[in-house]
Amino acid sequence: MPLCDYSCGSADHRLSRRAFLGAAGASAVLGRDVFAGPATGELSRAQKRVLVIFLAGGVSQLETWDPKPGTETGGPFAAIPTSVPGTHICELLPLTAKRMHRLALVRSLNSTSDDHGIGEKIMLTGRKPEAGIEYPHIGAVAAKLLGTADQVMPGHIAIFPRGSGSGKQDATFLGAKYASVPVADGRPPADLLRPAGLSEETDRQREELRRKLTDKFAKSRRSAATEAYAESFTQAERVFRRADVFDIAKESLKTAERYGRHDFGRHLLLARRLLESGVSYVKVSHSNYDTHHENFDFHIEQLGEFDRPFAALLDDLSDRGMLDSTLVVVMSEMGRTPKINDRYGRDHWSKAWSVALGGCGIHGGAVVGKTNATGTAVVDREVSAGHLFHTYLQAVGLNSTKNFYPNDRPVPIADPKAEPIAEILV
Amino acid sequence: MPPSSPPIDPTATRVRAEFKHNSPLIGCRFDPSGRFLFATAQDNTIQRFDLLTGAKVSLLGHQSWVRGLAFLPLRASAVAEVAAAEMFRVASPAVVGTGPAVGSAPRPHPIKMISADYSGRLMWWSAAATIPTPIRTVQSHAGWARAVAVSPDGKLVASCGNDQDVKLWRAMDGSQVRVLEGHTSHVYNVAFHPDGTHLASADLKGVVKDWDLTTGACVRELDAKILHKYDPSFMADIGGARGIAFAPDGRLACCGITNVSNAFAGVGNPAVVVFDWKSGKATSLKPKDAFQGTAWGVDFHPAGYVIAAGGGSGGRIWFWKGEEPTSIHTVTVPANARDLALHPAGDQLAVAGGNGSAIVYALQPTGVK
Repeated sequence: MPLCDYSCGSADHRLSRRAFLGAAGASAVLGRDVFAGPATGELSRAQKRVLVIFLAGGVSQLETWDPKPGTETGGPFAAIPTSVPGTHICELLPLTAKRMHRLALVRSLNSTSDDHGIGEKIMLTGRKPEAGIEYPHIGAVAAKLLGTADQVMPGHIAIFPRGSGSGKQDATFLGAKYASVPVADGRPPADLLRPAGLSEETDRQREELRRKLTDKFAKSRRSAATEAYAESFTQAERVFRRADVFDIAKESLKTAERYGRHDFGRHLLLARRLLESGVSYVKVSHSNYDTHHENFDFHIEQLGEFDRPFAALLDDLSDRGMLDSTLVVVMSEMGRTPKINDRYGRDHWSKAWSVALGGCGIHGGAVVGKTNATGTAVVDREVSAGHLFHTYLQAVGLNSTKNFYPNDRPVPIADPKAEPIAEILV
Repeated sequence: MPPSSPPIDPTATRVRAEFKHNSPLIGCRFDPSGRFLFATAQDNTIQRFDLLTGAKVSLLGHQSWVRGLAFLPLRASAVAEVAAAEMFRVASPAVVGTGPAVGSAPRPHPIKMISADYSGRLMWWSAAATIPTPIRTVQSHAGWARAVAVSPDGKLVASCGNDQDVKLWRAMDGSQVRVLEGHTSHVYNVAFHPDGTHLASADLKGVVKDWDLTTGACVRELDAKILHKYDPSFMADIGGARGIAFAPDGRLACCGITNVSNAFAGVGNPAVVVFDWKSGKATSLKPKDAFQGTAWGVDFHPAGYVIAAGGGSGGRIWFWKGEEPTSIHTVTVPANARDLALHPAGDQLAVAGGNGSAIVYALQPTGVK
């Protein structure tokens, strides 16, 4: 397996403070944010966390959780036994296979869209896009419902590979406070820290002036946009106060080696540190799996990079006593076609694919749903992204059937047409 | 290749036979007697197509995809039998029932074949048997065994794979002779120099190593890095020598994809890199047409041509002549040509199609035998 050193360290890929603030601000939408309803009741819960590992581009279910060796769609890889008797996964995940007792598999997902953007939105909101309303992503929902009033760190952090990703409108009516703080390449914004030439006192005075002006402006022209702008500074200040959390050099060399000396390994290690520091929701994107061409070579490379740090993360969370309170989800925006095209590729496929999840509230070793012999259709227990969304929330002890009340209008937290997947919940 | 092989005319290339299988094909090779075309498929089988009778036989045993095929040289005693088969082939108007039979096809000469699969196994076969079965299996590499080659004297087998190793085996019994370490990415192909003293291996990153078989040392590296790219958009490497071949005069050719702008859609151009073995000087050969895709197979024709086949959207065969870096002729084939094989008589070639068809093309005009 070739080692992939993706870190060039060039300044081109650093996220500037301006981009950071802009991304955070862009996460808001116009409209009143009313935090009434279920949230207040949920705030007192013991801290639970959610980690989503997003395999961007659409990972192949046949090369991961639902292999079909020896069939016309199976490809060249074998299925290997796991720590759960009777459950096999693809040979590209040998270390994950040894930890399968910590994970549940849902092999019967029909997410209904073969489009990258729509598929991602469906998977992260648990709903098909609807006219007239934008639903918040699971990260924003988790940040709002799992966060605590005295939380120092932002509740919602998204770690992207360098050169990709940005802040998205992922909090919608929940407000900018719950929008993702984007962390490109797992590093805090390069110029987040106070410049050396600026004294602490001068900086404080500068900040005080900014607050006064912002408050004055807000009294006459308050809007979600102005709140988002103000919130972006608050978010930046929070990150600034705990900049040490981003320094994975504080981890032992042995730990760093276990996660792997590549970007994704660093990012997962950072995710563990963030979760440990009190962040309610972390999303780590691993790029890229959009393998229309030479699917098998590329899955060797990408999953070779995924397997080791993912196994290390599961071990770490378990060893630190965090796995029982941390829900871990491995998802994509879609799966890939069972049919292998003539360029050895697999194309977009949402009709029958798989998601893995484990940790908090999840019955490790469970397998739900089934596809047919060639993986072209679900033959048992079809579920939607809505079912999964309910499941995520229920797994961390939240009641997914309650409502948010933006503009005093009830909006179900999760799709009322779906329900949790009870078979994988503890 | 017989030195007396007739000159070819690329512009007269025409389909001589088409053999169909119900699974997409991956690789293909003619056996050294020229009697059979062997093609590997995505159903883990090797298909044997008899050029004289059209008979098709499945070779079963591999548990994964096979791309590497190599043959031991024919014994000297085979000369008369091969000549008889060749006379029969030439005398026949065509193959596979496209013309009247000219007597009975002679019995095939015994053939020893070695295949390499993506579970890392090498298999030895008596490939001309009525129903061939594996006579030896060797676990050769961790991960894919991507290619296999046999030394000119038939004593050594070389294999390479995703464990970044090149390995040498005794052809006679499959025992390991030596591990050649040094590549730092998946090793895609191997080929023995015609004089039998050196071995070339080529990896994903376009590094070609020249191994001295006497010492096992890598004595130099040749640069085929135009056949590799790290695509920062998709954060993945694409490349590798998908085909490799030595010419009798020692020139080495590696083929693959270059100018990649989108790795995951396969947007790039086919390319062949030809090395002057003595000087190591590289020359890039490119198709004349603006085709997007990969060159999957390459070989030297004794009449002075370099021939490659490949595909992306559809398939192509390209011909280069002399020192000219741009192809002089292109043949469109029905599907992605995933491999190229040149017949030992030099008068025909075959491509392995992603649509399950192995097509044999004659390289001479109709009427030329």
